[in-house]
Amino acid sequence: MSREMSREAAAPADAVASPGGADQDEKVRKVELAISSLLRIGVLSSLLIVLAGTVVTFVHHPHYLSNRHDLGPLTKPGAEFPHTLGSLVQGLQHGQGRAIVMAGLLLLIATPVMRVAFSVLAFVYQHDRVFVVITSIVLTLLLVSFVLGRGGG
Amino acid sequence: MTPLLFTVLVFAISVSAGLLGSLLGLGGGIIVVPALTLLLHIDIRFAIGASIVSVIATSSGAAAAYVRDGMTNLRVAMYLEMGTTAGALSGAYLAGVIPVRSLYVIFGVVMGYSALAMFRKRHAELALAVVPADGLADRLALHSSYVDEAAGREIEYRVTGSRIGMGLMYVAGVVSGLLGIGSGALKVPAMDLAMRLPIKVSTATSNFMIGVTAAASAGVYFARGQVDPFVAGPVAMGVLTGALGGSKLLGRLQSSLIRKVFVAVLLWVSLEMLLKGVR
Repeated sequence: MSREMSREAAAPADAVASPGGADQDEKVRKVELAISSLLRIGVLSSLLIVLAGTVVTFVHHPHYLSNRHDLGPLTKPGAEFPHTLGSLVQGLQHGQGRAIVMAGLLLLIATPVMRVAFSVLAFVYQHDRVFVVITSIVLTLLLVSFVLGRGGG
Repeated sequence: MTPLLFTVLVFAISVSAGLLGSLLGLGGGIIVVPALTLLLHIDIRFAIGASIVSVIATSSGAAAAYVRDGMTNLRVAMYLEMGTTAGALSGAYLAGVIPVRSLYVIFGVVMGYSALAMFRKRHAELALAVVPADGLADRLALHSSYVDEAAGREIEYRVTGSRIGMGLMYVAGVVSGLLGIGSGALKVPAMDLAMRLPIKVSTATSNFMIGVTAAASAGVYFARGQVDPFVAGPVAMGVLTGALGGSKLLGRLQSSLIRKVFVAVLLWVSLEMLLKGVR
């Protein structure tokens, strides 16, 4: 009974008195805006890289504009394109259009991971220990998944 | 079909998928995969590889706008991401064990259920003011508020069911890892119905979380050689374009309209899934 009451009493107090009050709200807002621009920059730059790679692909292969037999080898199973970091770097050195597209796609994949890493720092900045732990767990799980992917892939 | 025409068609399909996806809190993969395989006869493995990338594109593109507008509940998102990433990991592991056929059936049933549950609540425009007390939600300070453009005022809301929500997010993560989709269709109802977040906040927060869930599986698809740049490139560009447009529309639409469209899409997709599993 008394536990129930104390919980009810504690809830509104928590909601109103987020430690630091208006100061804390401003910090939260700053972090929100930083995350928003991080996502925007990651997305827009990967979009531009993918677009550039697509243009380079068509410039290098002008017959792609008219030859209908070129499509199969590009999109059917067995199509050749970089799918390891090594072959990606090699393709980039040769200025290969599809390697540039792939680099853009990898940047896109990395964007949410960078966002989580940034969130860890943001919660440190807000002195929110519980959420530092929570976001660190998420980041660890993400990194583990990439390691597992390489092993299992 | 010439490679140029192919690129243009894939781009156009992806713009529509991104627009619809960001409005509904889905990753768009659910629209991209059937469109690529059925209309353009692309290998399903390449379609899924492109889908997972498009899922990240939708999420990050729309999330940037929602976060700036204060629609996303970042604390709820970070808390629930523990469940979705753990789930995605388990899903990637399970992918080799469970027959894909039975997955489709499970998926169809779950989606059909969420569609019906949302349909029952279709007239609710705003979240209920009184929600059951949740000690964990209090301690993590998950309660928040957002400015509703359609209603023209700031709406405060309280969060409940944080434990059930976490469990449902784990399931959503497993489905995502297994099928290569963002599984926003499972995330939105979990937040909307179980945790009582307003539908617009649920949609925005789901979008935000989907990218992280998808990133957990995307590396695997890349290493397996399922991300074909010639397919995934135009898909990513198209979905990004569509998602940016969709996030501009969301604030202005009525919540009940979003809900009705969402229910229709859910029912259609669940039927497709069931058919694929039974056939």
